[in-house]
Amino acid sequence: MAGTQTAGRSDGAAPAIELKGISKAFGPVQANKDISIRVMPGTIHGIIGENGAGKSTLMSILYGFYRADAGEIFINGTPTPIPDSQAAISAGIGMVFQHFKLVQNFTVLENVILGAEDGALLKPSLSKARGTLKRLAEEYELHVDPDTLIEDLSVGHQQRVEILKALYRAADILILDEPTGVLTPAEADHLFRILENLRREGKTILLITHKLREIMHITDTVSVMRRGEMTATVKTAETSPENLAELMVGRKVLLRVDKKPAAPGPNILEVENLRVVDDDGVERLKGVSLNVRAGEILGIAGVSGNGQSQLLEVLGGITRATGSIRVNGQEIDLSGRHSDGQSRRARGIAHVPEDRQHEGLIMDFMAWENMIFGYHNDPAWQKNALLMDNPAIRADTEAKMARFDVRPPNPALAAKNFSGGNQQKIVLAREIERNPDLLLVGQPTRGVDIGAIEFIHQRIIELRDAGKAILLVSVELEEILSMSDRIAVMFDGRIMGERLPGETDEKELGLLMAGMNGKAA
Amino acid sequence: MMDFATILQVFDSTVRLATPLLLACLAGLYSERAGIYDIGLEGKMLAAAFFSGAIAAVTGSVWLGLLAGIAASTALSGIHGLAAITFRGNQLISGVAVNFLAAGLTVVIAQDWFKQGGRTPSLIGGARFTPVKLPLADTLREVPILGPIYYELISGHTILVYLAFAMVPLTWWLLFRTRFGLRLRAVGENPAAVDTAGVSVVGNRYAAVAICGLLCGIAGAYLATALQAGFVKDMTAGRGYIALAALIFAKWRPWYALSSTLLFGFLQAIALRYQNIDLGGVVVPVQFMDALPYILTVVILAGFVGKAIPPRAGGEPYVKER
Repeated sequence: MAGTQTAGRSDGAAPAIELKGISKAFGPVQANKDISIRVMPGTIHGIIGENGAGKSTLMSILYGFYRADAGEIFINGTPTPIPDSQAAISAGIGMVFQHFKLVQNFTVLENVILGAEDGALLKPSLSKARGTLKRLAEEYELHVDPDTLIEDLSVGHQQRVEILKALYRAADILILDEPTGVLTPAEADHLFRILENLRREGKTILLITHKLREIMHITDTVSVMRRGEMTATVKTAETSPENLAELMVGRKVLLRVDKKPAAPGPNILEVENLRVVDDDGVERLKGVSLNVRAGEILGIAGVSGNGQSQLLEVLGGITRATGSIRVNGQEIDLSGRHSDGQSRRARGIAHVPEDRQHEGLIMDFMAWENMIFGYHNDPAWQKNALLMDNPAIRADTEAKMARFDVRPPNPALAAKNFSGGNQQKIVLAREIERNPDLLLVGQPTRGVDIGAIEFIHQRIIELRDAGKAILLVSVELEEILSMSDRIAVMFDGRIMGERLPGETDEKELGLLMAGMNGKAA
Repeated sequence: MMDFATILQVFDSTVRLATPLLLACLAGLYSERAGIYDIGLEGKMLAAAFFSGAIAAVTGSVWLGLLAGIAASTALSGIHGLAAITFRGNQLISGVAVNFLAAGLTVVIAQDWFKQGGRTPSLIGGARFTPVKLPLADTLREVPILGPIYYELISGHTILVYLAFAMVPLTWWLLFRTRFGLRLRAVGENPAAVDTAGVSVVGNRYAAVAICGLLCGIAGAYLATALQAGFVKDMTAGRGYIALAALIFAKWRPWYALSSTLLFGFLQAIALRYQNIDLGGVVVPVQFMDALPYILTVVILAGFVGKAIPPRAGGEPYVKER
């Protein structure tokens, strides 16, 4: 099905994609402002920018998901209006969304043919797709078992299905939106190999990301977006990560975290032989032991889904477990009636959960209401036996919002109306300002823009320097390496090993994360 | 105590009583597989029962009655579709509204047209569906065991009964072997996948809702023109809700829907035949027997049947995310 391809890289050819003066507003928010861009055929073109810079909106316009308020789209030099996804597909554009658009309980084959069936009956389409998939798999290293259900596939394989869907529809232009956010380092490397194969076959690739490393690694050209505008387009070979970061944020940013060496004190947290069996009877933690000392950050690295979430949940009092947890030398109730978040907080454990939108905040509640969750029984917030002291809570929230630079600093705004970074600052402010002995932090900067990442990292390090213990769980290896004083790697519910950040690298950690023990070569 | 003939009669009655449940259950299956919850099966059946009974009574033609029933039910489906798909309203509220609308309107219109206390006149002759005698039924009647089974149980139902049972394999084939079915199941699981594949989510959902209206229309018409001879107030008697329970019991699968509606039909047949059961001195009262299908409905809905995974996008209007 994949169409034949002739376009080369000659700069004289018409651009595969050309956008002229694209603008799009959502109500008062100008998501895209007069954007123009040329993407040459047979290249990998990166689009980089902070969250909310308008990258995804622009790509959605190109894929016919939204209609631009103004501007023109040219495909291979021809003006091509794209009012809907069908038009984009006919124009040879395929898109791999950040959140995959797959039907979970369909097979790979069924997902691939959905919308591209050849007739009213499925059988001929299915057997044709089976053949095409086999060919594509060999051509581009896109191997997936066609008869597996999507829900049984790893995230990396699901992404391959998305790419196969686009290729099956004869896409010559492939848009990938934050493709590596959910992948392990090995899976990401495989993806880059696939992209290089596609480029070699003459396909044009638009790669949207906020990871500078990827841009430097694989793109030919890179465009930077900031606040809805295209601020620069440069050849990748002629730029540097620092330069791009500055273009993204509009000022210099520290890519490395600035911190003093740790001065660890006594053990705050001691965990021994922790085991968790989930509702489906699957053992999620298989005897985890670790300790965190005062004044240090223990980073837990690992591909998501290897028990880190359960570890945080047990420590935070959300999940029950067997084994032993001691905080400040005192045993904690792990499975009894008092094993809950409240009792953990009473013991000086604060928890910034991985999923801030579901566990950290109530999205429809206002910021000041969110600011006391978990601590709402605190006598300081009670006016009398019946009523809460709302003015005091609001005033306190205002002060915390100022200290944590939450924007806009409006306590009456609902949590859902803040950006990801500012939502995270609200949660952090709530937990850190309680001055806990132990702070549990899960994915502190997931979906957070670069400016806020820096701020969040500094706050966590300040807490460490104040002599508190911090357990940091993150799937971002860079974050683990730059933040941690010690690193533990989890795989399949176990700690695979501990390393010191100065004495290891991403390669060794990557091997441990993939379950390969022993010293890396 | 129970002879062969009695057993056959109970089974025969099971088939008759299961038919409207099966049709309504399949109707709900199309709708819910496409992601539109439909609590309004009851109302649609009721409206169809009334209009089929009324038009059959006025024109003397059961076929015109059937068409009128289908039209009424599909119109209500259209209202539900408009509210749930186009205006992205709450599907439960819209379904409940359909039920109220049908419960009230049928009686009021019936009183206005026929002045018989909210019922239609009794249907006679060509205004009712008559039993179909299958070929060789009389000839084979004397064959032991199989003869009576063929004559009593398999032969002698109205055309709508055969239609309902034929809908089971047809539905299975449509859902799992055709493009239409693939897309219909996909919009119920992940409408965004359908949308990004360049296929209309709205169109597929309306198609499913229209089929739901069609089948509910046949179910309602069956009640008024085949099972009974005319419409009476509230004649669906909760069958729409039982069909919903059967649908969950059947895990949204056509063949399971057949078995689960036969089970409910069987319970209703037992309740109808054995009004007082004497269990060695303790007499089970008739009220309990009548209530049994409904009690089972509650038990099933309370989740005693194990894990049933509904279509993942069920009940949610589709909005393109930002």
